[in-house]
Amino acid sequence: MIGLEHYLTVAAALFVIGIFGIFLNRKNVIIILMSIELMLLSVNINLVAFSAYLNDLVGQVFTMFVLTVAAAEAAIGLAILVCFFRTRGTIDVEDVNVMKG
Amino acid sequence: MGVADYAFYAFAIVVVASGFLVVVSRNPVHSVLWLILAFISSAGLFILLGAEFLAMIMLIVYVGAVAVLFLFVVMMLDVDFARLRAEMARYVPLAALIGVVILMQLALAFGAWVTADEAMALRQAETPDPAEVHNTKALGLLLYDRYIYAFQASGLILLVAMIGAIVLTLRQREGVKRQDVLAQMYRDPAKAMELKDVKPGQGLR
Repeated sequence: MIGLEHYLTVAAALFVIGIFGIFLNRKNVIIILMSIELMLLSVNINLVAFSAYLNDLVGQVFTMFVLTVAAAEAAIGLAILVCFFRTRGTIDVEDVNVMKG
Repeated sequence: MGVADYAFYAFAIVVVASGFLVVVSRNPVHSVLWLILAFISSAGLFILLGAEFLAMIMLIVYVGAVAVLFLFVVMMLDVDFARLRAEMARYVPLAALIGVVILMQLALAFGAWVTADEAMALRQAETPDPAEVHNTKALGLLLYDRYIYAFQASGLILLVAMIGAIVLTLRQREGVKRQDVLAQMYRDPAKAMELKDVKPGQGLR
């Protein structure tokens, strides 16, 4: 019988893979954005699993909002990336020191 | 084990494996394709959990829009990915260390959680019986009724994201020939052409 823990394990594995990907691809912003998408996906799996096992529909409603924000974030992130590539000719994030932050 | 259990294990293994391949594959185009596979199989997990509407939204929004957006950007930018990849091996120990630490923290929390006694009483909206109200209708009744302001706010977020993306990427390029309708309309034969009387043997100067 598949329980709540099975889904939580999958989500935890996916979340850790996302963090691993962010640190592994320090220079490649595109892969970093994809890793963030993976982490948001694992959060969504958690929300839907709890929603199903607690019989509460609000988890699924919240998943829709997370999805909206994820889509907006991907669009803005890729737009910034395109903008950055036009001015610098590279997507190496270690070069991002124009603002001296 | 029933069919649903086998389906869970199949989808779960595919999600985790393709998620791993997203972050380690050498070619970003392959990464995007693995990402699409991860989204599709997580949609399968959602169906197993009874969230059919979210599974379909997952396919439409993530596979149909977000992943294609990534694919566009990866193929549009002429980036030397081999150079970016070359130093990847340097980051493997740190990344593996952080991954293992976070995994162990999650496992610690995992070993010792219990559901609170009051949890069941705190539910905001109990799922109706799927035989009476199916998932999509139940979600719609909840979303358009009790969460209408949050729904409108999420629409606003999408609008801001759209305007922001357009403002960021739109540019007026110099030296590109564009159609100028006013200039075309104000042009007349007197300004546009001239009659020359060509003498034989001399040509035009």
